[in-house]
Amino acid sequence: MNGSPLLELDRLSTHYVSARGTRVVKAVDEVSLTLRAGETLGVVGESGSGKTTLALSILRLLPPGASIVSGGLRFDGEDLLAKSPTEMRRIRGKRIAMILQDPMASLNPLFTVGDQVAEPVRVHEGTGRRSARERARSLLKSVRIPAPDQRLKEYPHQMSGGMRQRIVGAIAISCEPRVLIADEPTTSLDVTIQAQYLKLLRDLQREHGLALIFITHNLGIVARMCDSVAVMYAGRVIEAGPVRKIFNAPVHPYTQALIESIPRLGSGPARLTAIDGQPPDLARLPEGCSFQPRCPKALDRCRTDVPPAFDVGAAHSARCWLASPQAPA
Amino acid sequence: MTLLEAHDLTKHFPLRGGLFRRAEGAVRAVDGVSFTIEPGRTLGVVGESGCGKSTTAKLVLKLEEPTGGEIRFDGQSLQSLDAAGLRKYRKSVQAVFQDPFASLNPRMRVGAIIAEPLVTNESLPAGEAKKRVARLLELVGLPERAATLFPHEFSGGQRQRIAIARALALSPRLVVLDEPVSALDVSIRAQILNLLVDLQRDLGLAYLFIAHDLAAVAHMSHAIAVMYLGKIVEYGPAKTVAADPKHPYTQALFAAALPAHPDETREEIILTGEVPSPINPPAGCRFHPRCPHVMPRCSVEVPPLEVALGREVACHLY
Repeated sequence: MNGSPLLELDRLSTHYVSARGTRVVKAVDEVSLTLRAGETLGVVGESGSGKTTLALSILRLLPPGASIVSGGLRFDGEDLLAKSPTEMRRIRGKRIAMILQDPMASLNPLFTVGDQVAEPVRVHEGTGRRSARERARSLLKSVRIPAPDQRLKEYPHQMSGGMRQRIVGAIAISCEPRVLIADEPTTSLDVTIQAQYLKLLRDLQREHGLALIFITHNLGIVARMCDSVAVMYAGRVIEAGPVRKIFNAPVHPYTQALIESIPRLGSGPARLTAIDGQPPDLARLPEGCSFQPRCPKALDRCRTDVPPAFDVGAAHSARCWLASPQAPA
Repeated sequence: MTLLEAHDLTKHFPLRGGLFRRAEGAVRAVDGVSFTIEPGRTLGVVGESGCGKSTTAKLVLKLEEPTGGEIRFDGQSLQSLDAAGLRKYRKSVQAVFQDPFASLNPRMRVGAIIAEPLVTNESLPAGEAKKRVARLLELVGLPERAATLFPHEFSGGQRQRIAIARALALSPRLVVLDEPVSALDVSIRAQILNLLVDLQRDLGLAYLFIAHDLAAVAHMSHAIAVMYLGKIVEYGPAKTVAADPKHPYTQALFAAALPAHPDETREEIILTGEVPSPINPPAGCRFHPRCPHVMPRCSVEVPPLEVALGREVACHLY
């Protein structure tokens, strides 16, 4: 895990602007992240924290109305923001691939699994029909689908949820991407199938040297899979660092509460730490720090000034005035 | 005294096909399940999709009629109840469902939603109902003025509080909680779980808690039943089952549960294959095709649920 970063976001901001330009939603607000080859980064946050918009920004696959308004986005030494749509199309699916939450929605019900797995290879590498088919067969094998020859001729509806998600995985790795973004990849799967799928992703990562970005609301997935983690709240990364540091010594009150609020196996019926209130509406963010209305440790300053990211350790930063060097300890 | 007792409960859904829609086999959703729920206690039911946990909940709520077996409530069999007795049973057993966006009528005000069971069952006068609604809202931690608003004006967590208030309107003794926090944001889940624990303590409620989140079930429950393909494979005190699962399926399930901390390492048991269809379940032990400890007799003999090591377990290993 050394060398220069593979993917680098520098104060990237993506905003949704309403048709008349009167309402602005800062879905991603000055997010800085780095990802090295072979590394796994977890992006955690609740619904509406901007984590999916972040993923779509990396791929420059934003819906109408949303656009990257400032910041930098570099991949493998290239500036992705300077790429033309055609150039981006050559990167998407080939060098940066993505797995979505709902495998049924990301597969076309009218085409066979074989056609869909072979499609990226045919498009990106211009491979002929027969050799693409051969590739598809070995890809299905690498995602541990039994009887791949049979499955290639079948349609998505003939498969179970776990198998469909593995097909989506096969499509994602078909062109041997450097970065794989997985957006809640196991939310629709059962527990034991989820364990199978996470193990598969880890094996694929090892075999292909993939860098993984896990977008999830589940801290358990982060604990099991990730090297480092970025915690998002209301469009900002409020804490980021190595996964053990974040779990052992979280700095931001939101991260602390989030970690304490999950029930642990074998903890018994102790009370859980609940976070009062609810996540804010991104179109009507509070002044200052967006977590301040729910924060048990809020200072006067938190209500007026947005905290910058303070370094709190090696590769560990937190956007909280309590982490400021001048903070009243 | 035991509040609810299910004995050898079975529910088969017939499959019809062919020209005359003749029965061609059945989906054996619940197949000979027995459990008890004590007053003021929580029974947690865990299992993956298709294991029959939601059908079990529907049988307890009397939304489905069992194919076989019986449910006794307060010592009385439900089959023996007359219309008045059934009405009383339905008042004593209420439910909270997974999705508070689907379970609340968007065109009714919250006050009317919570008062509806009171109006239909107890034909309370409007003034009295209003007072009761205010009390229920307070109980679940919502302001009184919430009664005049519509469900869309609330967040997911608040809506689930409304659904809980409605379930408590008739002072039930048992509440069926079917995945009550799965649809909620992580930071909200703890609020609702804490609320449910408080309500149980203050009102002496019994819960049938159904969820796929093992840590949440272990946290909430006094007893746990683990289901696989329509059968209970392990059943016992929550602490015993969660700390030291014995059935190979329970072991795999708990090993697959995600850790709460990166240093929390569990033995990794990755099951191969997927849950078979309940239309044609495997012979013998239903788990044997995926079991890492499978023996020859497992594919022939159905293991009975027997007491072993402080819990009941259905496995030939014990």
